[in-house]
Amino acid sequence: MDTSMNAQSIELGMTDNVGNADQYLTFLLNGEEYGVDILRVQEIKGWMPTTKIPNTPEYIRGVMNLRGAIVPIIDLRLRFNMPAIEQTATTVVIVLKVESEAGERTIGFVVDAVSEVYNVSAEHFKAAPDFGSQVHTDFIRALATVDEKMIILLDIDRLVGSDGILQAPNASH
Amino acid sequence: MANVLAVDDSASMRQMVSFTLKGAGYDVTEAVDGQDALDKARAGKVDVVLTDVNMPNMDGIELIRQLRGLPQYKFTPMLLLTTESGTDKKAEGKAAGATGWLVKPFNPDQLLATLAKVLG
Amino acid sequence: MSIDIAQFHQVFFEESFEGLEVMESGLLDLEVGQPDAEAINSIFRAAHSIKGGSGTFGFTAIGEFTHLLETLLDEMRNGTREVTREAVDVLLLAVDSLREMLSAARDGADFDAEAVAAVHAKLEQQLAAGSAVPVTPAVEATTASASASASASGAAGGEWTIAFAPHPNLFATGNDPVRILRELRALGDSRVQADLSGLPPYAEFDPEACYVRWTITLDGTVEESAIREVFEWVEDDADIHLERASAAGAEVPGSACNDAVDEAVAAPALTVAPPPVERRGGEDRRSGERRAGAAGGSTSSIRVDIGKVDSLINLVGELVITQSMLGQLDDPEHVDFDKLREGLAQLERNTRELQESVMRIRMLPISFSFNRFPRLVRDLSSKLGKEVELKIVGEQTELDKTVLEKIADPLVHLVRNALDHGIEQPDRRAAAGKPRHGTLTLAARHEGGNIVIEISDDGAGLDCDRLLAKARERGLVGADEHLPEDRNHELIFHPGFSTAKEISDVSGRGVGMDVVKRNIKELGGVIDIQSKFGAGSTIRIRLPLTLAILDGQLVRVGDQTYIVPLVSIIESLQVDPSRIKSVVGAAELYRLRGEYIPIVRLYKLFGIEPESSSLEDGLLVVIEGEGQRAGIFIDELLGQQQVVIKSLETNYRKVDGISGATILGDGTVAMIMDAGGLIALNRQAHKPANPSDNVKAA
Repeated sequence: MDTSMNAQSIELGMTDNVGNADQYLTFLLNGEEYGVDILRVQEIKGWMPTTKIPNTPEYIRGVMNLRGAIVPIIDLRLRFNMPAIEQTATTVVIVLKVESEAGERTIGFVVDAVSEVYNVSAEHFKAAPDFGSQVHTDFIRALATVDEKMIILLDIDRLVGSDGILQAPNASH
Repeated sequence: MANVLAVDDSASMRQMVSFTLKGAGYDVTEAVDGQDALDKARAGKVDVVLTDVNMPNMDGIELIRQLRGLPQYKFTPMLLLTTESGTDKKAEGKAAGATGWLVKPFNPDQLLATLAKVLG
Repeated sequence: MSIDIAQFHQVFFEESFEGLEVMESGLLDLEVGQPDAEAINSIFRAAHSIKGGSGTFGFTAIGEFTHLLETLLDEMRNGTREVTREAVDVLLLAVDSLREMLSAARDGADFDAEAVAAVHAKLEQQLAAGSAVPVTPAVEATTASASASASASGAAGGEWTIAFAPHPNLFATGNDPVRILRELRALGDSRVQADLSGLPPYAEFDPEACYVRWTITLDGTVEESAIREVFEWVEDDADIHLERASAAGAEVPGSACNDAVDEAVAAPALTVAPPPVERRGGEDRRSGERRAGAAGGSTSSIRVDIGKVDSLINLVGELVITQSMLGQLDDPEHVDFDKLREGLAQLERNTRELQESVMRIRMLPISFSFNRFPRLVRDLSSKLGKEVELKIVGEQTELDKTVLEKIADPLVHLVRNALDHGIEQPDRRAAAGKPRHGTLTLAARHEGGNIVIEISDDGAGLDCDRLLAKARERGLVGADEHLPEDRNHELIFHPGFSTAKEISDVSGRGVGMDVVKRNIKELGGVIDIQSKFGAGSTIRIRLPLTLAILDGQLVRVGDQTYIVPLVSIIESLQVDPSRIKSVVGAAELYRLRGEYIPIVRLYKLFGIEPESSSLEDGLLVVIEGEGQRAGIFIDELLGQQQVVIKSLETNYRKVDGISGATILGDGTVAMIMDAGGLIALNRQAHKPANPSDNVKAA
């Protein structure tokens, strides 16, 4: 193993940003660990039933009331074509601030469980090989190894933007 | 610090005058017309009166005339804010007891200078 | 210290636009020949304020323009000028120009300089024609002082000797000799000598009188004008004499004392000559945005009656009391249900009152919008050669500020339409046995939680036959199809539908009515028209009092709850299977009073599992959207309630058939249906893939 790729593992929450290291919140999905930029994390909520939006793909579970705001909820398992499961005690919704052409959106993502907060500096990134897997590589920012684990760092803006769910429906007449 | 009664039916003028004077440490009482000013002047003593001429419910000149009739305001400096460049308003104002006048448009510095002059 | 007076600009603009409103309505009401003195006075004062403010805040062109108006109005109020219709017309044009100039100044945009210059010329013409004295620019002061200093500078710089003898009553004007002496001394080197010879014996001494005189010698380099300025306020209350020693030592008297030299204390701000009206080109904004600056437009602030704020404070107080009362019931041992129920009822009342009170803060009387119409009707009817009387009813009816702003343009279009196409020429009216002058009525009232605005005219009314013919021509209506009268009238709201033989430039190319309808719809309202051929038409607009809240009917489909806006619901009914008509391969229809409406199986459209797919097990909610009707098949009707509209688009995007979402009492989210969108969605879903059908698409 290339020791230069080891990054620091930091306790949840308390850390200074060292140099050009970014902090990532990681979560579990179907046995794999993914990470998102912590600056985008608004909050983590326990799972709650959502209200369906008509005629939307299955991975859009619906909308949820977040202190008066209507927030769409995306099921990442379904989005990544992983097998769907029932909610467990650890199932949570990570509420993220997503940047799109139309401005900033608040969107929630259902994941199996929340994991840790890690500092990962860009020099420790490794390009994502083509898994041929369930996760499309367009929105993988990079891979990083932390504590001998591999973490898949997601570009959440690309993820939401790429499937056009934020675009208005076409005028079909 | 001296207490100024600023009378003008134009809100923007009142605001400008009030802001300027308060910034210089004066206390400011605002009134929207002659009658309002008279009521306020009766309620609490002011040290200087700054009044527009043309207002509804008693104009500036009548206001000054009325104020001069009150013992506590016999010698108080009272200035008319006028856009008239004609002499008749000034004469009328003086006859009613005005101390002097300030011609609009004036800028904040001119206002403060005049007030400083008048209050010593 | 330097203060940025730009911060007062917004208030200046607001009050100036208000002042223009006062001027305009005052001018419109002015009885030519017998003008009401107080009316002219208030018009004058409005102009005077604008002039004063524009000078103070640096808008010299506007100030100079307004000065002409002010002069005209001053002469009118003095009685030295007659109030003629021509003069009033010119003044009204001037108000328009001022509005443009102010808008341009406020928005940093251009205005039509040529148009303004033309009005400027008309004002000057009026001034010149009415009085013998030529137009006086606001500058005699500068020229006078110029001549004064000219005479003083003739003499060489010998020392000044100033004799200052106040009259006994100097103090009565609040002036103080000490101040004057102080100011003189600030001008240059000086010596002051007091003369006490005028003091009376102690017993006769009046402490309120001035008996002292002074002689001041002052440095010769000081300008006479500067000295005069110091004495400006007390010229009439004192004897003042200036003498200057010449360079050679002989005494030369300065200009005669007590000259009425009008020196402006604030000279620098005066312009020397009327500045050229800035020749910035700009589009002609007269037709479009006349009232953009008036209360409405793009201001992001609102004037609130202090009573409304006080009532809000009271209600919050009551809410606090209710809260503390409920807090006291928190006893784990014993729950007092009666008190709890009472507390909750109180809470409901407080919340409702608070909500109404807060909404009222954003509300303004519709007069802000109606106010432009007397002028518009006067000008337009004049232009069209028609005689029209305008009646306004209920102008104090209040509505939300944003709704008010957005309703303004549609109302203008409707009024123009009524004048242009509705009311006939006087001769035609007379021939039809009608009075020569037509009547246009603008009325507003509250009804339920809505405001109803009606525009009625006693004009020509809608010609059903012509409308039908046009619709047939356009393929909107089948050749054999007959429409009931009200459906016929609705045709005018169709895009591109103008039956006016000549498209007048007044109300446009029939692009208006469908845009008006769309605007109203966007505000959550509805518009319909009632008309009798030959007698007149009434257009009725119903709008919610606020944009954020709507009255909704909760309905259940399967396990999902939806909200249908009450304003879209015609009726709800139990399905009578005998009225169902199925067209092979296409939509199901339901016969309702002589008309067939499509049935919308919502569960199919929205992909929900229904309780029953059998129509007679559920209910049909007949809705109307975009001039079309349909019956929505639902499982159950739940309650009605007011809901707060939340946008789906904030975090997601627009969804067809859904206009927004709301949060119900239990914290869950419910979708609000969009009647028109739903009907369109349904039509789409049942459309056979036949390109020629696109012709009928609305």
